Amino acid sequence: MTDRFISIESIARHYPQAGGGSTTIFDDLWFSMNKGEFSCIIGHSGCGKTTVLNILAGLDLPDEGVAVVDGKAIEGPSLDRAVIFQSHALLPWRSVIGNVAYAVSSRWRDWSKDKVREQAQRFIELVGLKGNENKKPSELSGGMKQRVGIARALSIEPKILLMDEPFSALDALTRGTLQDEVRRICLDTGQTAFMITHDVDEAIYLADRIVLMTNGPNAMVAEIVENPLPRDRRRIDLHKHPDYYALRNHLIDFLVSRSRSFKDEIPAGYQKRHPPVVRPTANPKAPEGGDALKVA
Amino acid sequence: MTHSLTLRASVLSALIFFIFVATWHLATSGSSSVAQMDPEYAKLMGLTATTGKSAMPGPLDVGAKILEHLRAPFYDRGPNDKGIGLQLAYSVGRVMLGYALAVLVAVPGGFLIGMSPLMSRALNPYIQILKPISPLAWMPLALYTIKDSSVSAIFVIFICSLWPMLINTAFGVASVRKEWLNVARTLEVPPLRRAFTIILPAAAPTILTGMRISIGIAWLVIVAAEMLVGGTGIGYFVWNEWNNLSITNVIISILVIGLVGMLLDQALARVARFVTYPD
Ligand SMILES: Nc1ncnc2c1ncn2[C@@H]1O[C@H](COP(=O)(O)OP(=O)(O)OP(=O)(O)O)[C@@H](O)[C@H]1O
Ligand SMILES: [Mg+2]
Repeated sequence: MTDRFISIESIARHYPQAGGGSTTIFDDLWFSMNKGEFSCIIGHSGCGKTTVLNILAGLDLPDEGVAVVDGKAIEGPSLDRAVIFQSHALLPWRSVIGNVAYAVSSRWRDWSKDKVREQAQRFIELVGLKGNENKKPSELSGGMKQRVGIARALSIEPKILLMDEPFSALDALTRGTLQDEVRRICLDTGQTAFMITHDVDEAIYLADRIVLMTNGPNAMVAEIVENPLPRDRRRIDLHKHPDYYALRNHLIDFLVSRSRSFKDEIPAGYQKRHPPVVRPTANPKAPEGGDALKVA
Repeated sequence: MTHSLTLRASVLSALIFFIFVATWHLATSGSSSVAQMDPEYAKLMGLTATTGKSAMPGPLDVGAKILEHLRAPFYDRGPNDKGIGLQLAYSVGRVMLGYALAVLVAVPGGFLIGMSPLMSRALNPYIQILKPISPLAWMPLALYTIKDSSVSAIFVIFICSLWPMLINTAFGVASVRKEWLNVARTLEVPPLRRAFTIILPAAAPTILTGMRISIGIAWLVIVAAEMLVGGTGIGYFVWNEWNNLSITNVIISILVIGLVGMLLDQALARVARFVTYPD
C-alpha cells in the first residue's frame, strides 16, 4: 500500500504562553495514512493529539506545514471528513433522527425530505438505535448518544472518519459493543479512519497502524506501529493471538517510558520526515521497518 | 402526606384569600367616628363619609362594581367614560406594538452583536449608557419630536423593551457552544442556515428570558406613560378614576393591571417552555 491518502507534512502548532512568548505543541510533524486504513494515535494527555485531529478536520489550521488529503491541502472543514466528537456534540433540541437528518440534508441539499429521512433511518438502524428515532438526546444513555454521533458521521458517507476518543466516557461493556460496530462498519465499507485513543487494547483491536506520539511540548511522532494481528481478529480472543503480547508490551513500554525519554535518546537514523515503521511480533525474525526505508 | 402538594397549596391559597377579604370587609364596614369628623372635611370626602361608612370601599362594593364592568366592558361614552375593557385594549395594543417593534430591532441587533466581537465592543458603551435611563425620561423628547402622545407612548414602550432583549440575545448568541458550531462547520452549513438551525435554537431560551423581562417592564411602564400622556388606556383610567374619587374603580384597575401582566408573562413562559431544550 503506497497510495498516501492522507499526508501530514511538516505541520507545526504554537500557542501563546501566559507570560509572553509561545509554546510549541509540535513542529515539523510528518506522517501519512493509506486509503481504507484504520489508524490510531496514542500519546499522553496534552501532547497534541486533538490538535492534530482538528487540523485534519479543518477546524484548526497549522501554523506551518500542510495536511494533504487526496492530493489537496486542507483549508477548512469538509463534508468529506466526518468528525465523531468526544463529547458527542448532539443538538439537544433535535430528536435522534433529526440530528442525523440534519447532517444528511447538509450533505445532499437537493434531496427530498423522504429521501433524507430514509438515509438517516438506514444509519440509525446500522448503529442499532431502531425504535429510538424520536427520542431527544437527553433521553438517551451515554452509549446511545455516542451511537447517534457515529450514525451522524457515517450517514454523510465521508471519505475519512475522524474520531476523538469516542468511547472514553463509556463503560467497558458499551465500549466493547461500539468498538465491534465501528470495526464492522469500517471493514464493510473500506472506511478510512483516524482515531485518538488512550486505550491500548482499543488500538490493538481497531487499528491497522498506530501512531506513537511523544510527550509535549515539542511532541514528535516516535514511530508508526504496524498491527501484526490478522484482519479477522475478534475482540474477545485478541489475547490468544501469538503476537498480541509483543504488540501490547511494545505499546505499553512506549507509554510508560519511551514517550518521555524518546527525545533525549533519539535512535540513530531517526528522521522526522520518515518516522520508523515497526511491526512487533512474537517471532523476532519478522521483518522490521518498512516505510522508513522506502522513498518519500 | 395523603394529599398532593398542589392540593394543599390551593387550599392554603384559598384560605389566605378568604382571610384577606374578611379582614378587608371588617376594616371597611365600621360605623364609627362620623360625629368626630369635621363637617367641612366630611363634605370634602363626599357622600360616603357622612353615611357612616368608611370612604374606603369594601370587598362587596368592589365585587358589585366588577360585575357591573363585566356586563359592559367595552362601552364608549366619550373621552372620559369608556369601559375598562376598552381601556385595557388600548394599553395592550400599545404595549404589543412597541414591543413588537423592539423585537424586530433587538433580535437581529442582538445577533449582530453576539456574532461579532467588533460590534459587541463598539456598541457596548452606548448600550451601557442607554440601558439605565428610565424610559419615562424619554417622554418629553418623544412628545417634542413625534408630536403625538399615543405614538410617544409606543416609543417609550419600544425603548424600554429593547435593552433586555438586545442584551440577552447578544449573550445567548455569543455563548452558543463551540461544539455545536463545529458540527455546523464540519457539515459545511452556510452562514444563514447556521444562524437559523444552530444559533437561533441554541440561543432561544436566553432570548425568551430577555423577552419575558421586557414584557414585564413594558407593562409596568405603560401605566405610568398613560398617566402622563392621558387620553386612553388603563393608566389614564386609573388617574381619571382617582380624580373622580372612585376608589372602587382604582382598586379594580390595580387588580386588572396585575391580572393582565400575569397573562402576558404566562403567555411568554409558555413559548419559552416550547423552545427550551433539556441538556
Ligand atoms: N486554545 C489553546 N490555547 C493555549 N494552549 C492550548 C489551546 N488548546 C490546546 N492547547 C495546548 O495544546 C496542547 C495540546 O492540546 P491537545 O488538546 O491537542 O492535547 P491532547 O493530546 O488531545 O490531550 P488529551 O489526551 O488530554 O485530550 C496542550 O498542552 C494544551 O495545553
Ligand atoms: Mg484531546
